[in-house]
Amino acid sequence: MGQMLVDGQRIEFSDEKNILQVIRKAGIELPTFCYHSELSIYGACRMCVVEDKWGGISASCSTPPKNGMEVYTNTPKLQKHRKMILELLLSAHDRDCTSCEKNGRCKLQELAIRFGIKNIRFGEREENLPIDDSSCAIVRNPNKCIMCGDCVRMCEEVQGIGALGFAYRGSNIQVVPAFKKKLKDVDCVNCGQCRTVCPTGALIIRNDTAKVWKDLNNKKKRVVAQIAPAVRVSIGEEFGMAPGEITIGKIAAALRKLGFDEVYDTGIAADLTVIEESKEFIERLEKGERLPLFTSCCPGWVRYAELKFPELKDNISTCRSPQQMFGAVIKEHYKKSDAEDGRETISVAIMPCTAKKYEAGREEYSNNGVKDVDVVITTQELCLMIKQAGIMFGRLEEEALDMPFGLASGAGIIFGVSGGVSEAVLRRCYSQKTSSTLKEISFVGVRGMDGIKETVVNINGKEIKMAIVSGLKNAGELIKAIQKGEKNYDFVEVMACPGGCIAGAGQPLPSSKSVTRQRAGGIYKADSSSQIKRSEENPMVIALYNGLLKGKHGLLHNHCACNSHSNEKES
Amino acid sequence: MTIATIEQLHQASEKYGALLDMQHKKVLVCAGTGCVAGGSIEIYNRIKELISEKGLLTEIELEEEKPGIGIKKSGCHGFCEMGPLIRIEPYNYLYLKVKIEDCEEIVETTLIKGQPVARLMYNWQNKVYETQEEIPFYKKQTRLVLGNCGHIDAESIREYIANDGYKALGKCILEMEPEQVCKTISDSNLRGRGGGGYPAGRKWAQVVAQSSDIKYVVCNGDEGDPGAFMDRSVMEGDPHRVIEGMIIAGFATKSHQGYIYVRAEYPLAVERLKAAITQARQYGLLGDNILNSGFSFDIKVNQGAGAFVCGEGSALTASIEGERGMPRVKPPRTVEAGLWAKPTVLNNVETFANVPQIIINGSEWYKSIGPEKSPGTKAFAITGNVNNTGLIEVPMGTTLREVLFDIGGGIKNDRRFKAVQIGGPSGGCLTEEHLDLALDFDSLKKVGAMIGSGGLVVMDEDTCMVEVARFFMNFTQNESCGKCVPCREGTKRMLEILEKIVAGKGTVEDLELLEDLADTITETALCGLGKTAASPVISTLKFFRDEYLAHIVDKKCPTKNCKALNSIEIDKTLCKGCSKCSRVCPVGAITGKIKEPFSIDQNKCIKCEACLDSCPFAAIREV
Repeated sequence: MGQMLVDGQRIEFSDEKNILQVIRKAGIELPTFCYHSELSIYGACRMCVVEDKWGGISASCSTPPKNGMEVYTNTPKLQKHRKMILELLLSAHDRDCTSCEKNGRCKLQELAIRFGIKNIRFGEREENLPIDDSSCAIVRNPNKCIMCGDCVRMCEEVQGIGALGFAYRGSNIQVVPAFKKKLKDVDCVNCGQCRTVCPTGALIIRNDTAKVWKDLNNKKKRVVAQIAPAVRVSIGEEFGMAPGEITIGKIAAALRKLGFDEVYDTGIAADLTVIEESKEFIERLEKGERLPLFTSCCPGWVRYAELKFPELKDNISTCRSPQQMFGAVIKEHYKKSDAEDGRETISVAIMPCTAKKYEAGREEYSNNGVKDVDVVITTQELCLMIKQAGIMFGRLEEEALDMPFGLASGAGIIFGVSGGVSEAVLRRCYSQKTSSTLKEISFVGVRGMDGIKETVVNINGKEIKMAIVSGLKNAGELIKAIQKGEKNYDFVEVMACPGGCIAGAGQPLPSSKSVTRQRAGGIYKADSSSQIKRSEENPMVIALYNGLLKGKHGLLHNHCACNSHSNEKES
Repeated sequence: MTIATIEQLHQASEKYGALLDMQHKKVLVCAGTGCVAGGSIEIYNRIKELISEKGLLTEIELEEEKPGIGIKKSGCHGFCEMGPLIRIEPYNYLYLKVKIEDCEEIVETTLIKGQPVARLMYNWQNKVYETQEEIPFYKKQTRLVLGNCGHIDAESIREYIANDGYKALGKCILEMEPEQVCKTISDSNLRGRGGGGYPAGRKWAQVVAQSSDIKYVVCNGDEGDPGAFMDRSVMEGDPHRVIEGMIIAGFATKSHQGYIYVRAEYPLAVERLKAAITQARQYGLLGDNILNSGFSFDIKVNQGAGAFVCGEGSALTASIEGERGMPRVKPPRTVEAGLWAKPTVLNNVETFANVPQIIINGSEWYKSIGPEKSPGTKAFAITGNVNNTGLIEVPMGTTLREVLFDIGGGIKNDRRFKAVQIGGPSGGCLTEEHLDLALDFDSLKKVGAMIGSGGLVVMDEDTCMVEVARFFMNFTQNESCGKCVPCREGTKRMLEILEKIVAGKGTVEDLELLEDLADTITETALCGLGKTAASPVISTLKFFRDEYLAHIVDKKCPTKNCKALNSIEIDKTLCKGCSKCSRVCPVGAITGKIKEPFSIDQNKCIKCEACLDSCPFAAIREV
């Protein structure tokens, strides 16, 4: 506890770790490129410098507050240094702003405008380094990199992967995967968290909208959309709405205007996942084998496990992710009518996630060269399409989704947030189906934004130990603890992105903690206002099991030796 | 053999001392990097062969108790300009620029007959200096840290022990508490020799104050300044002194593991340190339960891949950890969270090498040398346009004039002194007006320079100071780690501007921009190296602004170093019109009528200077 003077204003501080936080508390937005509260302090951009009363200059991000401290944030000296730093950055940066994906939302551009940089006294960038577009999720343009290291730290500190690092010295420094390999050739799991912190256009989502536009304009194609739960609580942010606002009706209207033939909810596939995964869990629990059961709906996590913990293969649920379950179901559903109408069904998934692009391209999700999910576009890409089409999203009248796949239970919707899968599975597994049980489940410790949540529940007289992790570094640590025998669980839910899909890399930016929290609020609100709370009570799900899925449960599972359903699909 | 107790250490010291005495003549061949490059190892082998043939060799390692001649590879004698060097005791003759052909004469004349070989001795202004101590280069020096360098076998722990080696360690363990050791170092005012001048004792005490039960002692041997080789010489010439200093630091701070970080460009230092560590372990002076005290300490040598920035504390510890060598923000400081985030004593080679003598002689003795606030001696490496380049050690507070003229022997070729770059690329230049400045940490800071690790690059009147600034900026830009924007991009742009100026394309606005950049880099860079990256430019601009302006406004380099600014002209009074020049000119820039003065078309001239050599009348000049 203490007090300090910020530009003469007395500000109290308590647990703020650095004076940057104290200064922001004072209502002053100090510019930064490399400061993110969830990452370690890096101190490289030097934009957040402040001056003390003796004229000394220090970076506020790395200076702890002290009682009686006196700092100034906007002196002529500081203005001069900040402008110089911006000029230096701009001179080393690509200047093709107008054609940059980040145009209008680039931090460098924003600060250059804010500080009135009209003239750059240095020469232009000379080298033109090759763009790495090898990854199906992320495109890396080193010519736009300002070496703030945010991506490097995100990948290392939050995701525990370290796919990116620094190479070379001085002004030749570059952020690259090890040995200058391509992104697709290293242990990148395509989670895209790097791009959520990249201040410029150096790391962007691969843009797959061209393919969608093409199919939308082709009468021979039946373009079917599935909308992931997390998209509905974030897309509004791009159109001036508050994070967490539920816009599923507007999304449906927008998609129809764009020309989609059918608009469905991925939540129904999440309901299928709940049923399949619960069954699998109970079976394993009874047999006491392959425990803990790890969830399989997050493709970033699945890839991470394959790369770092291949020994866990059998512990990961054989269930396909909701996206892929749905992809398989849709293709199956339209098989007959496609043949009759002479059309081809194109399955487009609208996801908060970049790793879903990778997942859709996995070998096991294609049948004779036909992909279950043809294109994955992120929330951001959908926003681009809506803007391109001139659709005023905010003014759209809400519309209902199409049937038979437009209805999801609340349990399916909460998949969008960390803990949601676990909560949905619990709703399924609890034998008591009253509303008070629902409330009880929501309080057992599955909710909240903590990176690692643990809980013990009682199902049918049996104690079940559960863990819910988000952020892959947390996952890695938890697995190590399990492997060492320090921890013991029956069920582990893993989401690659901190907070779950609502904070996916395909979402509008910023995905700060408070924004994520608001989006989670939206998800839980959607759940509480839904008529159906449990997956097994979703009439459309029941209809599917009695119809299309009869004898075809294999559509919902991954091929593997341990999976008895696989034979069913082949037959 | 193992020395298990302090008594045994004293016995060993006496025993090896007695064995050394058996060597009634000692040949000390300099085996520092410079002399080795000059062939000193071959000379060593040859002399050894010659004296063995005559049955005169006595080797201490064999514990031979017969009187004879000892020959050893010693550490750097310091007088590198004159290498390879051989010192012969007890006469204290110093032979210079010795060649393999001289060996027989040295053996016959000096080792057998006891006569000097005058032609190999230092000769200055027709005076032959017989003993090393008389030579002006040595006379004004106070060699304490370098005391053993050139006097004992750099590869022998026995000789180190015979010369009171490890006595300080024994004293700490037997007579002192860790707190007392810290206090002695604090009281001595020993300041870090790596450049910052931070009090070593205070640093140790801060590490002691940390609650962590794991602490480290790290020795910074990543001497990266161009032209500096003090630390290298100590590590090569007296490795045990550094090791002893580190063990004492470990004892004082209750640390059990030390690391020496040496740049890989110092292979000899690495080899000698590793050998010395092995010896110290064999003798029970390093490792578990040192001298039966219950105190354990071990040392590991880490090689750096030659990055200047790894001399910065946090970059150095990151490099030891296997991470990229990049400085991190502070706090936490190294004393709180250094190597592997544990409290760490990080001192430079020379600092650790000062420790044993302070323990033995006490803090008051140490404070009696040099100024009170910057006591002790300082090693300097003098290079550049000076007669006696080499490694020297003087009390702090010695004036620049004494160092350059008395010890350094003045400027080469009787040119005028212009400036000296002190403190490497982080330091600044000192000029004629600073010649009587007493060199210590505080005085230099006041004039915008720093003692740095102790590199002195001497420049004469023919040196272009803009080019000097460009040289150092080029170095800094290449060595910047690239982390913070001001250092990474700022030094690049400063270098661009300096290159423009030396190419004759600079403008007055460039000078302003150069100063603006220097200002931002100095005030906002992340680490110490970044903050001082602009120093060579700032100080040359301060003292030699006219030279910058000459390049920019007059488009002339006053020292004619910057080729782009020179023009080649024909002196019409000397030219006989022979046309030779016109015939060698590759671009046809020279024209004229035979027997009349020729002229050069400056727009065509590419300054290849071919005409200069061709003129039989010396009529063509560069102006």
